[in-house]
Amino acid sequence: MKIFILTLAAVISFALPALSGGAEDPAVRGEAVARESHRRDLGFGNTKSELKMILENRKGRKSERLMRIYILEVPDENEGDKSLVIFDEPRDIKGTALLSYAHILKDDDQWLYLPALKRVKRISSSNKSGPFMGSEFAYEDITGQELKKYSYRWLRDEPCGELECFVVERRPLYKKSGYTRMVTWIDKGEYRLQRIDYYDRRDALLKTLTFSGYKQYLDRFWRATDMYMVNRQTGKKTRLLYKKYEFKTGLKDSDFTKSRLKRLR
Amino acid sequence: MSGFVRFFSYALAVVLALSGAASAAELSGWAEVEGRYFPEGPLYRGQESESVSVALRPEFYGEWAGDNSFTFVPFYRYDSADTQRTHFDIREAMFLKAGESYEFRAGVGKVFWGVTEANHLVDIINQTDLVESIDGEEKLGQPMVDLTLLSRYGTWDIFVLPYFRERTFPGRAARLRFDPFIDSDLGAAYESGDEERHVDFALRYSNTVGDWDVGVSYFYGTSRDPAYLPRTGTGASFVPFYEIIHQGGLDVQYVKGGWLWKLEGIYRTGYRDGGYYALDAGFEYTFSGPAFYGMDVGLLLEYLYDSRNFDFDLNGLVDSGYISSRFNTFMNNDYMLGLRVAVNDAASSEILIVATRDADNGAAVVKIESSRRIGDNWKAELDGYLFVDAGKDPLLDFFRKDGFVQASIRYYF
Repeated sequence: MKIFILTLAAVISFALPALSGGAEDPAVRGEAVARESHRRDLGFGNTKSELKMILENRKGRKSERLMRIYILEVPDENEGDKSLVIFDEPRDIKGTALLSYAHILKDDDQWLYLPALKRVKRISSSNKSGPFMGSEFAYEDITGQELKKYSYRWLRDEPCGELECFVVERRPLYKKSGYTRMVTWIDKGEYRLQRIDYYDRRDALLKTLTFSGYKQYLDRFWRATDMYMVNRQTGKKTRLLYKKYEFKTGLKDSDFTKSRLKRLR
Repeated sequence: MSGFVRFFSYALAVVLALSGAASAAELSGWAEVEGRYFPEGPLYRGQESESVSVALRPEFYGEWAGDNSFTFVPFYRYDSADTQRTHFDIREAMFLKAGESYEFRAGVGKVFWGVTEANHLVDIINQTDLVESIDGEEKLGQPMVDLTLLSRYGTWDIFVLPYFRERTFPGRAARLRFDPFIDSDLGAAYESGDEERHVDFALRYSNTVGDWDVGVSYFYGTSRDPAYLPRTGTGASFVPFYEIIHQGGLDVQYVKGGWLWKLEGIYRTGYRDGGYYALDAGFEYTFSGPAFYGMDVGLLLEYLYDSRNFDFDLNGLVDSGYISSRFNTFMNNDYMLGLRVAVNDAASSEILIVATRDADNGAAVVKIESSRRIGDNWKAELDGYLFVDAGKDPLLDFFRKDGFVQASIRYYF
């Protein structure tokens, strides 16, 4: 799983410009774009990031959360990555931490650490479509970017802002997704996600996520520093601002364990 | 308690000394105001029907040289109605050194073991702070040395517990107390000549294999659950009597989709009236998805069993001079039904309703807990307890007029 945040997406098709518009099957072409995007992010190893999440309701009232996200890449394409989310604010949930071992098609393994009770709780992760921290992001938006979680279909090429994009539709292969499909815009130059439209179970447009402020790390890996999710049905919004991204942090497997949860700061 | 106050002074000195050397230090915590109201008149003379209390729980944290840290968490509550609930405790004063494959802790701390909701049978390291909360969820800080060994084949925890903490009991003017009243100021009796200085040991192995989380534990030392010795003469009272016991424990959890299957079981020996076993087993199923508007709606069902004979006559026990530790619980052949709703909104609104009913006599306890965040730093809680047909149960009978509502507002800093 490529964690979203990390993610990326991209895509590229092996289809050369000469082929585009040719007779190639849209499924093959969509998959090729996704595979290339995935390939470009292989080998990132591990990352630490610090982010601010800004929730905005219909009336424009805002509230903020601060959190850190640690990710460990699991090279096996049939397994997902490991991740840790540590909450710093609001203060009543300070020290709360979520450990996830993502899987491709079955439910993720998840443990929640509750510092007031000193309790590590195994939790059911079947609510992939539920809101993450009361935001417009669902759990599956945060952890759901593995290549093999979706089937793909190339729709068209079109300009996206100043860039040229592939427009690729993906459909979740895992049960319990809150979406029938997503339409993704991926720029042709670097294969980075630029936008995602989410369609709910009734196939109505639910949310739009736009990516901006891309920065390149280690001369290779692109990360968006600003992700803006707008719920088209309720008018609520959530912005994720990354204050910091670190690669080659020394994180290892033993940092993603239940016992480690109890002494995270 | 005086030993504990002395320890507090040492801990504070360590905090002050370390805060200079720390590479990172921070202060956080909370303060709260809480009110309780008991709609029914009291069962015993002098018991109050309303109370207001304030509590403060700061947390100091410092770390240095990367893997070393010290955490200090004192706690104080003032209660307008209960002199015993007005109390001070060190929840945590813990030094931690962490290595690649081990963690070493020394000081005062809290450890939680277990998986079930209705009862925490396996969880034995910390003493219950009963005046804080009658559900046993609040604990006193426990002096300990704890070595954790981490490997890919699971986690071993070895505990040495050099000092014992007496359970807190409500004062004479407080609700939710027994009769005769257990006077904490009169102290406790111990089976061991070392009394509260008896050194206790505990060992736990835990591991996660796929969808299974398993823990096996063993404890030898002073029972956290007291038996009681009736004290006759001027004003009858019970004196808590702490015996030396062995406890073997098992906790298992299995997760599949929205299902969490849970089991806790213990076997204890060492009590004057013999050994016993107890278990708590059941499930939590969580409904979720668009049909539930993004909420998590959990349904809980657990069955509780305790092999001791609960068909007791308190007067007979008083005459025998020994009141068994089974007096601490009513859960011997009970079932628990619960509903947990997490709204998943920006205010993290939650509600939990748990009803535990005795299958033999029909007495039941209903607990309601709800909370939501207000702004960035405040949290409001509204809780309630209801005792249904409590008169049919020898323990709950003491609380039959003590249903209450409790509201609190807490500021986090």
